[in-house]
Amino acid sequence: MIWIIHTLNGVSLGMLLFLLAAGLSLIYGLMKILNLTHGSYYLVGAYIGSTVIEKTGSFALALIVAPLAVALLGVAMERFFLRRFHLDELPQTLLTFGFLFIIADLCLWIWGGDAILLPKPALFSTSIAIGGNFYPTYRLLLIVVGFAVAGVLWWFQEHTRIGAMLRAGVDDAETARALGIDVSLLFTVVFAVGAFLAALGGVLGGPIIGASPGADFDVMLLAFVVVIVGGLGSLRGALVGGLLVGLLDNFGKIFFPEFALFTIFVPMAIILSFRPTGLFGRA
Amino acid sequence: MTALVIEDVAKNFGGVSALRGVSLSLEAGERLVMLGPNGAGKTTLFHTIAGTIIATSGKISLFGDDITNMPPDARARRGLARTFQITNLFPSLTVLQNILLAICGAREITFQFLRSMESRRDLQARARELLEQWGLAASADQTVRNLSYGEQRQIEVVMALSGEPRLLLLDEPTAGLSPAETLRVVEMVRKLPRNMTILMIEHDMDVAFEVAERVAVMHQGRLIAEGDEAAIRANKQVSDIYLGLE
Amino acid sequence: MRRLLLPWALAAIVFVALPYIVPDYYVGLVTKMLIFALFAMSLDLMIGYVGLASLGHAAFFGLGGYTVGLLGLKAHVSEWIALPAGVLVATLGGVLFAFLALRARGSYFLMITLALAQVVWGIAFGWRTLTGGDDGLPGIKRPTFFISLADQTAFYYFVVLLVGLSAIALTMIVRSPFGLALLGIRESETRMRALGFNVWRHQFVAFVFAAAFAGLAGALFVYQNKFVNPAFLHVVMSAEALIMVILGGVGTLLGPAIGAGLIIFLEDFISSQTQRWLLILGIIYVVTTLFAPRGLIGLYRDFVARRSKP
Repeated sequence: MIWIIHTLNGVSLGMLLFLLAAGLSLIYGLMKILNLTHGSYYLVGAYIGSTVIEKTGSFALALIVAPLAVALLGVAMERFFLRRFHLDELPQTLLTFGFLFIIADLCLWIWGGDAILLPKPALFSTSIAIGGNFYPTYRLLLIVVGFAVAGVLWWFQEHTRIGAMLRAGVDDAETARALGIDVSLLFTVVFAVGAFLAALGGVLGGPIIGASPGADFDVMLLAFVVVIVGGLGSLRGALVGGLLVGLLDNFGKIFFPEFALFTIFVPMAIILSFRPTGLFGRA
Repeated sequence: MTALVIEDVAKNFGGVSALRGVSLSLEAGERLVMLGPNGAGKTTLFHTIAGTIIATSGKISLFGDDITNMPPDARARRGLARTFQITNLFPSLTVLQNILLAICGAREITFQFLRSMESRRDLQARARELLEQWGLAASADQTVRNLSYGEQRQIEVVMALSGEPRLLLLDEPTAGLSPAETLRVVEMVRKLPRNMTILMIEHDMDVAFEVAERVAVMHQGRLIAEGDEAAIRANKQVSDIYLGLE
Repeated sequence: MRRLLLPWALAAIVFVALPYIVPDYYVGLVTKMLIFALFAMSLDLMIGYVGLASLGHAAFFGLGGYTVGLLGLKAHVSEWIALPAGVLVATLGGVLFAFLALRARGSYFLMITLALAQVVWGIAFGWRTLTGGDDGLPGIKRPTFFISLADQTAFYYFVVLLVGLSAIALTMIVRSPFGLALLGIRESETRMRALGFNVWRHQFVAFVFAAAFAGLAGALFVYQNKFVNPAFLHVVMSAEALIMVILGGVGTLLGPAIGAGLIIFLEDFISSQTQRWLLILGIIYVVTTLFAPRGLIGLYRDFVARRSKP
């Protein structure tokens, strides 16, 4: 029954990747910005979370404070920098590249170079028996939270006014503007939500992936693969892509430990050669 | 010899029919203008000939070769040249470089690395000669971006004919031009060599009759009339469409 | 033509005379600048001429480097074979990447080049038995081409020669009909197709050329350092090449070479003062993007234009 355990591991990693890819994908879909700082949001979220837990001992507080702080960071980047280069791809990429390095070095300065693991919340530090094996309840929590966030985002996109604006904006920003939608506010909201979700992933992933210099690159890379596979601008793509990459990564590490990345990239290359815009992306 | 044969060409965009079976042919050296209101399917037909859209069904032949499913560059290498309705030049290159690229494309001077463009006297001379011929020599070394819209429209046409194509497709070359500028472009087209086959899209009937000896009219994805000026002017359905619109 | 020869002749004199003027340490630093000038120029062929920004150019730099390192250390192959093999492997890497990445455009192209380069990095990092993993491969010997290049000055002249020849080759490429076609593709792919150009094939050839020159630069850099590790093909390496190109001036070849010299100098200087090079690099990115989007060459041209019409 070891397969159930591996599958659950894959799904829980997939849910973390979904949290990252959802924001990356929405930001791209609406603003056509490829945000290379997205992995940094994860890392800063995890670090701030660790500090909050250290000072207060409350995991729940970390889950609120860290994402909000990172959301502010995202809003500042969007308002003061990225906005000046609306729809100009190269300068936007360069700016986010620059911020990636700045944030990475500041994190190294503040939190040091050692890898840290966040403590699990007391309520979910136990294990339960699944098919003869003990399985940590924390990972099950991740799966539940991931699906809950996916559900909320889906409901938000389909049934609220802002969601309708978002859909209109992703389809055609100019038309949305002509319809009187405040595109400027929408951009900021989406950037804030994207950064919030990535940092939420950072705190939630803290007890299993942890935070260390370089984790920003690794996480960003996995999130990229998720959106390349799933398609940019699609929530469904982020969810399916996240699960697929999570599972591939987990089984890859078991079967080909020296070439773990291959089990992700070979499927990516195959999908790409049949569907250059990903499974759910539009041309 | 027949330059272009279009046989029962149709195009659907996700259930919407833009072309519903169009057949048409042009003899070598013939000049045909395609008329029709917006949304009649002229532009879609144009795209299926140029290769930017592949027809859903039907067949298109260029000088006897089946080109129905060929990519645009392969069609261009068989002697088809086109202009764009929305000006499509190389904005940060000079006028001369724009023309040089057109000549290189037509002569298939593509993967040559060793000699610099400047030392290719033959190409340079040909490009300057063309600019001289069409009255654009003064702007040869200007960046295209800095030219007036009217001049850019003229370069759009000169680029297409630089490669001495056998079939020239003109997509509303006078779009957005003042009456004086329109006259210049019409003069340009009238001065083209007689052996060049020309298919031009136009929505202005007067411009159309200036250029063409034969006119075809499209409406709702179909060809509804074809003939010389007198025949088209006398056609009841055509005047209904144009009167109903204007 | 004669007017153009003068700067070349002056540059040649300066480069030949340099080891007689400055201490050994700076000869080494200038060698590094030249190698990165070649790396940056090869990337400029992609960004400035074809208009495709690659975020994974270090992959080819590293492939060239690891190939000469592995062939020299593990297979004891002659440098007469190892150096060309380094360029060849980078070129083949370029062929493979081009097939995968050129299907995509815009942001997908950026992401795919970045992701593919990280795969190569992952192999170098993970395959410890072959590559030594994180520790890399130390103890690579400087080559002997007729004369031993173990000496700093001899190696410097070797680099001047190869980078000089490559710069001439790249200049010829961008001035040729092929180079003009690349500019045309950067400006309008649809127009190029309408003129009869096979756009994909041009992009493919340019991509492979860029990979080959990057591979040569990587091989030279490994010979200079006498070791290679995964940092040679990390994103940070791609990012440094990218900022060299942007800082110098996209689409000018000379600009990226100047940008390379400047970044290498700054890195050397700042690293001797503080640990915060990555932070400075990030700030250079942001400042360049905000205030000098067309790079130093662009600033210079604006300056000249302003002076000529008061």
